[in-house]
Amino acid sequence: MTSTDFSIPVTPAEDGAETALTPGQIFRQRLFGHTGFLIGAGLILIIVVIAIFAPLIAPHDPFAQSLSARMLPPVWVEGGNWDYLLGTDQNGRDYLSRLIYGTRVSITIGLGAATVGLLIGVTLGVIAGYFGGWADHAISFLLTAQLALPGLLLAMALVFIIGPSIWVVIGIVGVLHWTYYLVVTRAATQRIRSQDFVAAAAASGASPRQIIWHEIMPNLLSAIIVIFTFELGIAILAESSLSFLGVGIQPPTPSWGLMIAEGKQAMFYRPWLVILPGICLFLLVIGANLMGDGLRDITSPEGRNE
Amino acid sequence: MTRLLDIQNLDISLALPGGMLHAVKDVSLTLDRGEALGIVGESGSGKSMTALALMRLLPRSARLKAARLAFDGQDLPDLDDRTFAATIAGPRIGMIFQEPMTSLNPVYTIGRQMTEAAIARGLLSASAARKKAVDLLDRVGIPDPEGRMGQFPHQMSGGQRQRVMIAMTLMLDPDLLIADEPTTALDVTVQAQILDLLDDLRRERQMGLILISHDLAVVAERTDKVAVMYAGELVEQGPAKQVMFAPQHDYTRMLLDSIPRLDGEPAHVAPVRKTDDEVIAARDITRLFTSRKGLFGPRREIRALDGVSLSVKRGETLALIGESGSGKSTLARILLGLDQPSSGEVSMLGRPLAELPATERARFVQPVFQDPYTSLNPRRRLSEIIARPLVLRREGDSGSRLAAVKEAMEHVRLPARLLHAYPSQLSGGQRQRVAIARALVTRPEALICDEPTSALDVSVQAQILKLLEDLRREMGLTTLLITHDMAVVHETADRVAVMYQGRIVEEGTAADVLSNPTNDYTARLLAAAPRFGDGAPVTEDAR
Repeated sequence: MTSTDFSIPVTPAEDGAETALTPGQIFRQRLFGHTGFLIGAGLILIIVVIAIFAPLIAPHDPFAQSLSARMLPPVWVEGGNWDYLLGTDQNGRDYLSRLIYGTRVSITIGLGAATVGLLIGVTLGVIAGYFGGWADHAISFLLTAQLALPGLLLAMALVFIIGPSIWVVIGIVGVLHWTYYLVVTRAATQRIRSQDFVAAAAASGASPRQIIWHEIMPNLLSAIIVIFTFELGIAILAESSLSFLGVGIQPPTPSWGLMIAEGKQAMFYRPWLVILPGICLFLLVIGANLMGDGLRDITSPEGRNE
Repeated sequence: MTRLLDIQNLDISLALPGGMLHAVKDVSLTLDRGEALGIVGESGSGKSMTALALMRLLPRSARLKAARLAFDGQDLPDLDDRTFAATIAGPRIGMIFQEPMTSLNPVYTIGRQMTEAAIARGLLSASAARKKAVDLLDRVGIPDPEGRMGQFPHQMSGGQRQRVMIAMTLMLDPDLLIADEPTTALDVTVQAQILDLLDDLRRERQMGLILISHDLAVVAERTDKVAVMYAGELVEQGPAKQVMFAPQHDYTRMLLDSIPRLDGEPAHVAPVRKTDDEVIAARDITRLFTSRKGLFGPRREIRALDGVSLSVKRGETLALIGESGSGKSTLARILLGLDQPSSGEVSMLGRPLAELPATERARFVQPVFQDPYTSLNPRRRLSEIIARPLVLRREGDSGSRLAAVKEAMEHVRLPARLLHAYPSQLSGGQRQRVAIARALVTRPEALICDEPTSALDVSVQAQILKLLEDLRREMGLTTLLITHDMAVVHETADRVAVMYQGRIVEEGTAADVLSNPTNDYTARLLAAAPRFGDGAPVTEDAR
């Protein structure tokens, strides 16, 4: 075949030169070459470690009240002392210890609710996108109905009826946050389903279940990861909102949202009561988003931002 | 007299993540008024980049360098973007793009899109612009131009839209018309008409014409001179006849050799062990599609296939020809078991397809699709993609499957180092080889190839067709080849079936159908296939 002499080099990878690296090497290269991912994953890792080892890290019992040490300011403000690094709240509990224990609530609710939403949204989205027809009509109706409901109001009502607990909050926040997953996976599934590799799989005798798991799911993965981290942030904020409004986590359990709520009366005199848990929330949410964007880039076969 | 277009030593480089890519290297071209220049090359050769550089449509990351880039005596790099847009792009140089389906704005009427530019520039009053638009639509061969002015793009066919695009660029009376693959997206019967139209308009208006195409035969027929590009460089330039019949460069010769041709001996030989076993037999297949407008709208029926009967015997290659919309792909889907016929029956070696379990079917027939860019799962490695049919059939263990994958890759001449590559790391031709390897791994009786080469460059097409021919010889494979290219049929097929509007209108041996078509439509298809003219092809003595 003399004609092969004239293959046009479009990209350096054209002749598969990149395969000299093993897949693991490529993955590691991308992982450690992505600044955004490293920052995001670092933040999340630190927060998760803090959540797990909270009892070892926290200098005080987060529930221990001390009337003599009420409303102490942080150490860098006049009147602060080194016993209570970040000061104390109106009941004399150590603010740093409460922030440290608060990570547990935020992480649990964030991951739990985003996972509940993922399971509902992706299942419905793939079914609607793959099978179409009446399944699609029914699921699209469900979506419209969900979007028409005022989410936070409904959540408040449900928590009020069922009674507040961390598991109820996870369930309700999750059940209210599946619409993004549905919209994105439905559209992507419709697009992927019409591609020839799905037809090739069907011609080899693959069942719908095998096509969905082996052909479609891997192509949805990067979209799902991004929505998951996005929803993780939203769920954490939703928990904070519910706790702030008094229908989420109940005192005395430490939660960042609850701490902001408790600090709000004194916001103008002791702003750190609101600012400190606010910073924690911000770091957690931005860490989740950075890690999600990074994972999307790293897991796509072409790679991005290289 | 100054030249209409004078390009000297044009260099274009693109900043890619992996470094600089020299898309165009040291290209010099000239063009006079009323002259037609063809730029020929395969994808990635830099032919479109050269045209885009003239229109300042290069991607942001591109860097342009030229000793001279002059249009009608005016140095183009001297103009700022505003002046260029106001005085050159449109009134002086017009451009037609490849894809007529997306180059018109779907929400505006044809009339508005045609007159907009002239009115906005203050060149014509609204009524004069309208009159001119109607005249031009009439000139480019749109029936009922007055009525068409109020229509939207979706109400027209692809060929008509391309005509509208041409008329639209003529509204401002450009001195130079650039047509970038103007017919690649169209059916062959339409292709010839559009090219003739461009050629006539050029003579009529004394315009310069740059015709960019991957198809040397098409271009050489309709231009005065031809430039052949390869990997960003101009490898050959000269009068069209000379490039066509006395090519100087090896690449040009290879390009000419790759074009499937209607004259000459077919590379194809008679089947090795042809028997009368019907590997695929379809009897009286009808397929109706019903659709509704909205949930409660009226039902509409479309008859995609209407009583089609077809049989493919062991060891032979049957070519199925037809235009887009003729139902040939629907038939392929039914034969593959991906779609059910409304009535009629398909059987494989005497067993009804409907009764075969899905994984058993894979033993009989496997597909090769048109577009290798969508037929491979981008998230899976080659080893997984090719082994997948075996996994689905629960055949062998991982070791024996790996051996089968390697064997299939060897069959399609893919290097073993690509075993763990992703599809995105491969070229179009390599991808199509992977698709063929996947189809072969279950050792099926027959392949159904749906336009397996129409998304590929002409030299790659020649390789893939040769591969299919080799496989047929080595493995005694039965093939149903769906195509629109008569020359491909001539080179590869034993028998031909022609489809038109859901029916088979003609069937016979390849030699018979190509030499004496009995059906009108077949004759039109044949007439539309590009020919090499009278001159003796010089490619023979090049060997």
